[in-house]
Amino acid sequence: MKLQQLSVFLENRPGHLAEPLALLSREGINILSLSLADTSDFGILRMIVRDWERAAQVLKADDWVVKLTEVVAVDVEDRPGGLAEVLQAAGKAELKIEYMYAFSLRRNHRAALIFRFEEPDRAIDALSAAGCHVIEAEALFAAVE
Amino acid sequence: MLSERWNDVEGGFHPASAPDYLPVERLREVQLRRLRAVVTRAYDNVDLFRSRMRERGLTPADIRTLDDIAQLPFTVKVDLRDTYPFGLFASPMSEIVRLHASSGTTGKPIVVAYTREDLNVWAEVMTRTFAACGLHRGDIVQNAFGYGLFTGGLGAHYGAEALGATVIPVSGGNTERQLMVMKDFNVSAVCATPSYFIHVIERANDMGLDLRELPLHTGIFGAEPWSEEMRRRIQEGAGIRAYDIYGLSEIIGPGVGSECEHQDGLHIFEDHFYPEIIDPETGAVLPDGEEGELVLTTLSKQAMPIIRYRTRDITRIITETCGCGRSLRRIRRVGRRSDDMFIIRGVNVFPSQVEAALLAVEGTLPHYQIILTRDHGLDQMAVEVEVTPEVFSDKVRALEDVRAELAKAIEQIIGIRVALRLVEPRTIARSEGKAKRVIDKRAI
Repeated sequence: MKLQQLSVFLENRPGHLAEPLALLSREGINILSLSLADTSDFGILRMIVRDWERAAQVLKADDWVVKLTEVVAVDVEDRPGGLAEVLQAAGKAELKIEYMYAFSLRRNHRAALIFRFEEPDRAIDALSAAGCHVIEAEALFAAVE
Repeated sequence: MLSERWNDVEGGFHPASAPDYLPVERLREVQLRRLRAVVTRAYDNVDLFRSRMRERGLTPADIRTLDDIAQLPFTVKVDLRDTYPFGLFASPMSEIVRLHASSGTTGKPIVVAYTREDLNVWAEVMTRTFAACGLHRGDIVQNAFGYGLFTGGLGAHYGAEALGATVIPVSGGNTERQLMVMKDFNVSAVCATPSYFIHVIERANDMGLDLRELPLHTGIFGAEPWSEEMRRRIQEGAGIRAYDIYGLSEIIGPGVGSECEHQDGLHIFEDHFYPEIIDPETGAVLPDGEEGELVLTTLSKQAMPIIRYRTRDITRIITETCGCGRSLRRIRRVGRRSDDMFIIRGVNVFPSQVEAALLAVEGTLPHYQIILTRDHGLDQMAVEVEVTPEVFSDKVRALEDVRAELAKAIEQIIGIRVALRLVEPRTIARSEGKAKRVIDKRAI
């Protein structure tokens, strides 16, 4: 049920985001979604890619510091309130969210919410019990292609 | 050659190492005899030394005991620059068979000279170095010290040959070729600077090559200060025993001192290089066991005898005898140099103090660089630290915590606020030779 997210350390300087992305593009690796966290000194690029093992290998070979993290994807209807309902369920179950980001899926007016929970296993159980649709990696990849 | 047959096997003994085990009284006799000879030689042939002796009202006849060495004038690096290129030579050029030069960080390099006998002594002390590190005939030695004007390459080369080992003169740099040679030639021992060898291990890992699976069993490391933590990284990362050796071009090159199998301090080949520890401020000789600046006198050098050379290396003489049985005194490994030290806002800081803080937080030593700047008359110290996979996190807060923890650890040790920046891996220059730890951009 969990999804592997790739995180890459970046210095907060002009051009530094382009380099790892150019590298992945040269390797023909498509990025489903990404989010960028930044401070004045550094940033963390977080990405969901289908071929995460190869992407990690390619980045590491080019000296980027890469970390794999388990995240949870929830599939919601792309309409007002879609996210709020999931957040309410998470709040009720007292799930701690480190961060999240979202992206639209191409089919059926749906969106994917990517959550970094402190306890991903408990989160999957609690959200599923509350009727949220936790989507598996393969299904997510199928929904965007 | 008869001598080579003595050390065909591990645990063998090379006859060149015999002086390592001289009874102490005998060793002192040899030292005094040689000291008197070298002082006479320098007095007779080197103008600078003779004039300094005369200023003090001294002649070589005033040296009656080893303790009398304390009366002699020091030699400092500037003397070698001021007399550039040949001013300190004590032999005519017709007897000098080799010149080396050390890279000066400012201005002219310094030039050092060797007679044929000096080269023999050099090969002997390097043979004793390799033997002390457990090498013998049959070992295949990859010599990654730089060949050329630098003394490291050729110094190690002739020592390993005299030992009877097989030498591969690969010189420094070109890491992929180093790894190819190491693997394809069944290399059993390597000579390199420690920071470069860590670079070699990193590159091997990137290429999927596990050095621990190769026949490589020993590394001989020198030419720059390194820490016990770096030794641990090298020993574990390459599956070898890593030995520290010590030397400097002004004295002879590598071969002044070496660790033995106990890896607990470096034996000085003191039948050729007489060690003293002095107070760097006052110049007073300190008793064995106290920390201070290492001063060396070449007891047998012909072409360029150097009396009481101030190495700027901070260490102490170990008073206990070593379990290996050598009577040669040991020095603690050199962790810092008095000229590596920088002063910021009136505080003396050594890079080794910053290293200790980084180590305490991260567990292993990351690549780092200290940058000194002056902003509106106030000195600022920044430390750039490369992010390692071990400390990297997908959470901003966790990385901010690492950054703050590193800064705090440094501030607690040196008592000065530092700007700590986390930087991407491999962005701090890796010299193929010595690591540059401090960039001082302050305009004077």
